[in-house]
Amino acid sequence: MKSGILVVMEVRAGEVKRASFEALTAARGLKDALGGEVSCLVIGSDLDGPIEAVRGAGADRVLAARSEEVATYSTEGYGRAGLAAIEETNAGLILLPATALGRDLGPALAALSGAAYAAECTGLEMNDGALEVRRPVYAGKAVATVRSRTERLVASLRPNVFRIQEAEGASAAPVTELNFEPGPIRARVTDVKASSKDRPDVAEAEIVVAGGRGVGGPEGFAPLEELADVLGAGVGASRAVVDLGWRPHSEQVGQTGKVVSPNLYLAFGISGAIQHLAGMQTSKVIVAVNKDPNAPIFKVADYGIVGDLREIVPALKEALARELS
Amino acid sequence: MNVFVCLARVPDTATRIQIAPDGKSIATDGVTFVINPYDELALEEGVRFKEAHDAELTVLHVGPEDFQKDLRQCLAKGADKAVHLKATGPMGPAGIAALLAEEIRPHLPAVVFTGKQAVDGDVGATGVMLAHELDLPVVTKISSFSVEGEKVVCTREIEGAVETIETSLPAVFTCEKGLNEPRRAGLKEIMAAKKKPLEVKEVTAPEPRLELVRLELPPERPEGRIIGEGVEAVPVLIDLLRNEAKVL
Repeated sequence: MKSGILVVMEVRAGEVKRASFEALTAARGLKDALGGEVSCLVIGSDLDGPIEAVRGAGADRVLAARSEEVATYSTEGYGRAGLAAIEETNAGLILLPATALGRDLGPALAALSGAAYAAECTGLEMNDGALEVRRPVYAGKAVATVRSRTERLVASLRPNVFRIQEAEGASAAPVTELNFEPGPIRARVTDVKASSKDRPDVAEAEIVVAGGRGVGGPEGFAPLEELADVLGAGVGASRAVVDLGWRPHSEQVGQTGKVVSPNLYLAFGISGAIQHLAGMQTSKVIVAVNKDPNAPIFKVADYGIVGDLREIVPALKEALARELS
Repeated sequence: MNVFVCLARVPDTATRIQIAPDGKSIATDGVTFVINPYDELALEEGVRFKEAHDAELTVLHVGPEDFQKDLRQCLAKGADKAVHLKATGPMGPAGIAALLAEEIRPHLPAVVFTGKQAVDGDVGATGVMLAHELDLPVVTKISSFSVEGEKVVCTREIEGAVETIETSLPAVFTCEKGLNEPRRAGLKEIMAAKKKPLEVKEVTAPEPRLELVRLELPPERPEGRIIGEGVEAVPVLIDLLRNEAKVL
């Protein structure tokens, strides 16, 4: 594989997403083994803030792809910006967060640059001088270890897996303005509507409060939402309750929903179907509350409580509110 | 405008995965294989498009195994013809996209639907790479689709927001749950599907760009522990979260 690492930073509404810094930390960890520089790419129209946020984070170099045409995301515009950065740096490894944006842009960059592509990676390690990438398959029911057969690899990294380490004593990296032609763009984002609630997305949250059929009905999620807000948590749901229409699909955790690995996953009234367990079993700590002591969820729960969640959730909320205040 | 729907064959999501003795594949004994659930959404959207625009709908599948029964089901649900590109050996998304593109190219302009990812490898690259091969725009993970004059307006859920995306046609779309409710085929349609064309073509897949070193089961979690019953267990839980797990 070629030397040099390029990290595509995700900028949303002027903010550099946390998962991008996780990818940058992973890149710095591989720099000595792979050789070359670590470059960060930021794409957008208003980049001064993001560039400042990225410059001191330990990259050797920052590339700015600036154009009104890429003020919002498009596979084509961002793809051309990314390709220009790959050509400028000649990097062998291209990292990006496995967010909606990264999962869309990653394969495009691989196609444009003729690279191999590994999605949702959870491990990057050198073995015998070669980079080995670990990635869950079958929604985490198995883990594949892969290597690139080409001289270039694009890898999207699952959020919340690679921990951010501050780059101590990092100096402000030099900034290069990229020359690139963003158009023609045939498919483009014309509007972005923030979800009404001010809660982290289940895939990004460090704590997840999830409910299943045992919650009893759509209204049964209100106490879970209150608990989530005490914890600053995201809300998740089992496939059963999404299929019943109690919760939106964006909250579904499992094989046909989102695969999550928060620090703390609290499962209420979720029996633990195999396709749900696949989506959350890499959580660091799992708590389960269920009235059925034989529910499969208890097999993976670090801490299980048997009982009526309608009593336990409010009690837990009160106790946590006191504990965290 | 022709319509194409690309389908993958995957283990049913209720499958308990076991690793085969070669350490690089899954044991398939007793495993039920189905059409990838996201591709079912793609098929439904393709049928709706076909019905609204009086187009011809072809379903495409790339893979080594027999898939006739499932492809017949697609024909019963409204596809006009099915093509199975039969390739053996390991395949990656770039190779699959190249094979699909070769099949679709003579029939352009075309609108193409496929799932956002196949629930085996969970890569989610084929649609984007196919669009690249065909030089078409792509919209991934669509949760709604509507044709408005010359353009298509879609929505996509991203972290904490919903994007509206506009594209010209022809284009490639990858489908997310919530897009539609796939239909069931009636007996009459199932009978009629037996007469629809289903072609199997032998093809050679390009070498995958990734080498699979090994496949293994994830590390097992420590055996679960029940710490108590009812509200009395709440203070115990908080103590454990704070002092043992250290996550508060």
